[in-house]
Amino acid sequence: MRRVLGPRGGSDPVAPSLSATLSEAWRAYRLRWKRRKLLLRAYRKRRQLRAVADRTSTIGKGAILAFVTVRNEGLRLPYFMDHHRKLGVDHFLVVDNQSSDGSREWLRAQPDVSLWVTKAGYKQSRFGLDWMTWLQRRHGDGHWCLSLDADEILIYPYWETRNLQALTGRLEAERRRSFGAMMLDMYPKGPLAGQDYAAGQDPMQVLPWFDGGNYVVQVQPLMRNLWIQGGVRARAFFAGEPRRAPTLNKVPLVRWDRSYAYVNSTHALLPRRLNAVFDAQGGEWLSGVLLHTKFLPVVVEKSREEQKRRQHFANSTLYDGYYDAVSASPDLWCAGSSCYTGWRQLEAMGLMSRGGWV
Amino acid sequence: MSIGFVMLCHTALDRAAEVARHWAERDCPVVIHVDKRVTRPACDSLVATLADLGNVRFSGRYACEWGTWGIVAATQTAATVMLRDFPKVRHVYLASGSCLPLRPLAELKAYLDSRPRVDFIESVTTEDVGWTIGGLDVERFTLRFPFSWRKQRGLFDAYVKLQRRFGFRRKVPPGLAPHLGSQWWCLTRQTLSAILEDPDRAATDRYFRRVWIPDESYFQTMVRRFSTNVESRSLTLSKFDFQGKPHIFYDDHLQLLRRSDCFVARKIWPQAGKLYQTFLHGEAAGQAAAEPNPGKIDRLFAKAVERRVKGRPGLYMQSRMPNENWENGRTAAAYSVFEGFSELFENFEAWLGKVAGTRAHGHLFAPDRVEFAGGEVVFSGALSDSAAMRDYAPKSFLSSLIWNTRGERQCFQFGPGDQQEISWFISGDPNAQVSVISGAWAIPLFHSNQNFSDIRREAARLQKIEAEHLAVLRTPWTKARVRIWTLAEFVENPMEPLQSIIDEISPRAMRRLTEAPRLADLKGFGQFLQNLRNQGMQPVLMGDFPTGEDPTPAASRRGRPYLVK
Repeated sequence: MRRVLGPRGGSDPVAPSLSATLSEAWRAYRLRWKRRKLLLRAYRKRRQLRAVADRTSTIGKGAILAFVTVRNEGLRLPYFMDHHRKLGVDHFLVVDNQSSDGSREWLRAQPDVSLWVTKAGYKQSRFGLDWMTWLQRRHGDGHWCLSLDADEILIYPYWETRNLQALTGRLEAERRRSFGAMMLDMYPKGPLAGQDYAAGQDPMQVLPWFDGGNYVVQVQPLMRNLWIQGGVRARAFFAGEPRRAPTLNKVPLVRWDRSYAYVNSTHALLPRRLNAVFDAQGGEWLSGVLLHTKFLPVVVEKSREEQKRRQHFANSTLYDGYYDAVSASPDLWCAGSSCYTGWRQLEAMGLMSRGGWV
Repeated sequence: MSIGFVMLCHTALDRAAEVARHWAERDCPVVIHVDKRVTRPACDSLVATLADLGNVRFSGRYACEWGTWGIVAATQTAATVMLRDFPKVRHVYLASGSCLPLRPLAELKAYLDSRPRVDFIESVTTEDVGWTIGGLDVERFTLRFPFSWRKQRGLFDAYVKLQRRFGFRRKVPPGLAPHLGSQWWCLTRQTLSAILEDPDRAATDRYFRRVWIPDESYFQTMVRRFSTNVESRSLTLSKFDFQGKPHIFYDDHLQLLRRSDCFVARKIWPQAGKLYQTFLHGEAAGQAAAEPNPGKIDRLFAKAVERRVKGRPGLYMQSRMPNENWENGRTAAAYSVFEGFSELFENFEAWLGKVAGTRAHGHLFAPDRVEFAGGEVVFSGALSDSAAMRDYAPKSFLSSLIWNTRGERQCFQFGPGDQQEISWFISGDPNAQVSVISGAWAIPLFHSNQNFSDIRREAARLQKIEAEHLAVLRTPWTKARVRIWTLAEFVENPMEPLQSIIDEISPRAMRRLTEAPRLADLKGFGQFLQNLRNQGMQPVLMGDFPTGEDPTPAASRRGRPYLVK
């Protein structure tokens, strides 16, 4: 290192008022208790998990871990595992929530997978987060941890030539512990159910389209995380009620510490400094994209099932219209859609950024 | 005569061994220093790997914590071994374990053979270095640094502050002129031995032990004392990001590294197998005798710093969310807002698109739907025409629209009938060109077939909204290019303002407008305003419209295109 910044401090030109300082302190205190509550909750739910294949003893120092909760994702898992393995994930810690499509057996046979099963409710365990939090606390401490759903494919600048070791090395050089990656909903041209997808195939061959520039970004003051909405789901299903549109920002890659906990999905976590994955002073930070393969043809059938199970939203009834719309196998393509060609395209469009990484 | 390489290693020892072998096998002696913090077995295995090579030595080990004296001590010791054991060495090249030779060794040999007396070391006076941001340049030599910057940052900062506050100063030993520069040098035997065998060395070393980051100043300073021929640049390609961290080179930098024509590069990512394979075992014939030219790839790195620090103007995304006034440009490109024009002129949008060659939208902020040009339902970037989505986040909507259409100027209509929330954003945006014909909203009312009491109510409402909007445009914080005419003013002489607006939109065209848009029929408009007054409303934003007689140019132009010249 050659350039050295002088002693820090004194960068804030306006001193905050006393009341602002106090309310900030109160907020921090409340969030601390909230985090403890989440950790305690995860601790109490630990017995819901039964280990089927525990290979965690093979996790070495500096290994990169992936935490996944699945339910009937047999179709997506082969490519999902393949992709992230190539990226350099050393070990997958998977919770299977009552799969009946053979994915449990498939997962158990993978040499780099530790598998737990549970019969407990998905919604009751904060959409699987309680189980995740427990496993992360037990096995994630000190490791770079990826927390993903089976329908998310992580990409980031230079991913084809620089694996996660290179990425996390860069993040460490920047003194960062967390990495943001926005979900990008991918979709086909034509009715959703009218496509063919075989397990193991690159989903982007079937779902090459995405919405390039209709996103809404806001900062949420409480946990200082971003709130990004928009994309195809907002356009096609929530045009009348944009506030309800799904949240797209995620922080999937974190250098874990046993005191950390995700708050809702992987959109935000505590302590809240980890949510600072963006530059507020005009610059750009390194970020990635989670290619969201939700709209593979199985979605039509799955959303009928999910609507019945009512396990996916806090207020499930409010989303009936959404499920009905997806079940009708709509065509999500429009004249303004963009066709995916690679990370350089997404970077140029401003959906992710290489920051200062050359 | 040959080159000797001194290598400082602390991680990725297998890669270091690969490089050392490459040099040693090509008849260049190598002295390796292994950081004391490397474990014994790891170090032993490195020694064993290279045991078959007669011209590789290992020197006494020091702990090389960054920024401390250990690195200099290690360099001194290893260089001493080099000069002692290999008398044929003329140039000593200081490299690290993460360095990689980019050009065949023969080329480096030839290069140095033709410059036998030259010392290659970046050595710049403290006044002239550009890269020590934020304070510590000359103070590196005049303050004391007993605390570790890595492990005791708080104490480090506090102690620096304390010394500054009380004006503590160390005296620079006489005869030393502090210089700074890259740690990686290539010195001649003469110069290096003069530095190492200097009778005052003990005193000099004692001084430098407490200098901040001595590895970037010890040799750089001493060389000025002893060398006769300093070439102030490093032969090692090494790039730093804006935080002072060295850039790491990966497999995808292969072409970039080739293009630089440099002899050695650092830091190379240990897993960059393709780079190691290509440069160590490929024996690619480089462009013979090309001068090392790191400048060729500088632009790329400068652009990276700019993107990291300033970002792309007008982009709001997951890793760039500037606070207000930190945007470095609220929007990505210039755009134009027209208020009252589509009310005063018939088919104004079509005319504007044709004359100015831009995308001319209707009322983007209309209450019922977004009126994209050509009545599109979705626009560039899959922006929806849903009014609810636009109103959920109007700023996002507008900044996305401008971002998505970079390269094509956007124009849109605006008026008091539209959603007003965006006013502040536009008025504070230097990219906005706002042209207002105030009071023109009355023309559609004048032509409408409503009851007069409804018209009167609507007129009062619109006038209030537009007055507020104009107040926003007139605040001292306005950064937009704002032009406001009253309707009466504008109708008097419409061509001149239109010409200046169009000139600003497409400055290169510089054509005289030959065709004006057709004015709406204003016959009886003055009387209409009088009627509003008679009903107790006060229409003020239109300016002075004479009652009874109609504006002359409007009447004469009615029905056919208006031709200038």
